[in-house]
Amino acid sequence: MHQFQIEKLFGADWAIAGHSIAFTNSALWMALSTLLLIVFVAGGLQRQVVPGRWQMAVEGFTGFIDGMLAANIGPNGKKYVPYIFSLFMFILFANFIGLVPLGLIGLHPFTFTSHFSATGVLSVMTFLIVLIVGFAKHKLHFFSLFVPHGTPALMVVPIFFIELISFLMRPFSLGLRLFVAMMAGHVLLEVLSSFVISGGNAGPLLFAVAGLPSFVLMVGICALEILVSGIQAYVFVLLTCVYLNDAENLH
Amino acid sequence: MPQISQLPEFYVSQIFWMLVFFGLTFLVVGRGMVPRVLSTIADRTTRIAEDLAAAEHARTAAEAEAEAWAETEAAQRARAHDLIASAKHTAALATQANLATATARIDAQVSAAQARITAARDASLGEIEWVAADVAQDIAQRVAGLTISADDARAAVKGAFTHG
Repeated sequence: MHQFQIEKLFGADWAIAGHSIAFTNSALWMALSTLLLIVFVAGGLQRQVVPGRWQMAVEGFTGFIDGMLAANIGPNGKKYVPYIFSLFMFILFANFIGLVPLGLIGLHPFTFTSHFSATGVLSVMTFLIVLIVGFAKHKLHFFSLFVPHGTPALMVVPIFFIELISFLMRPFSLGLRLFVAMMAGHVLLEVLSSFVISGGNAGPLLFAVAGLPSFVLMVGICALEILVSGIQAYVFVLLTCVYLNDAENLH
Repeated sequence: MPQISQLPEFYVSQIFWMLVFFGLTFLVVGRGMVPRVLSTIADRTTRIAEDLAAAEHARTAAEAEAEAWAETEAAQRARAHDLIASAKHTAALATQANLATATARIDAQVSAAQARITAARDASLGEIEWVAADVAQDIAQRVAGLTISADDARAAVKGAFTHG
């Protein structure tokens, strides 16, 4: 569990309203993620008519987000491209750089998306945007979201509360899903690697029986984790799109 | 589980830095760069659409031109055909006229020559009659000692000539 440990790097005495805002290793990896993302997108900003590889990659990502918003929200979704793109790429880069085996060169990688205190910020922010857009656009009509079309009059009140609760669960499910997926993957890799190490320490026989299969499994699961990094970032923004669609178009 | 055990100590720091760095990402990348990337894509799309439209336009124009050219060509071909036909006709007519005059001239020459031949033959026949009558008178004198008048001799000769 050491890999999830937050440590103060500097600014131990920085504080807002009595709460410490020390710069931690988590904050460092957030900064790295931001920096890499800026470098990546800036590299694809040559604005050539015939794009090079890098520009093609960046345009592929923006086109992907643009298409997802167009498919889920329609032409109104265009204005969310900056937010959704930032969200997707920020989570994607965070997940990826947390998987890079920097431990080999003595660094200590940290996946801040495996902390719900970090993913919660993103999910609550998304939820607030949905609320703001919904109420700004539909005023109190937004509450009709909780009463689906064709609900019998008798069921309106119970359905309203069920829908309201499921709506209020959204930020939790959104943030927890990402945190759980990332943490589970890292824990699984750690458990398997500890099998390899302790199997090797316990002697050749145990290494052959437990260590080697674990190692092979680890290689496969590393590939799976790379996939999960992408999928979790995708799921996060896809659900964000679905929620924004509710706010934009109601039903 | 550090996520929970360290929560009281670090949640404000986590939230603060998350907001700072995600905000930075959103401002620099989302607001600053993404619209430019999207506008590049939009520019390219419109440019491709324009190029395609221009190519389509040029194709239509070329097709119209080719059609017009084909029409002109057909018309010119027809005119050339007409010209050749009329020229042929004129030539045939002229040939016919020339032929007719030449035939007439030849005919006239032939008939004149025939007339001349006839006259010459008649003339020579007449002379032969005279000579024959003389010869007959002479022969009758020498053989039979008869003196035949020139008119009788001539009548006899003429009769022989007439009956062949």
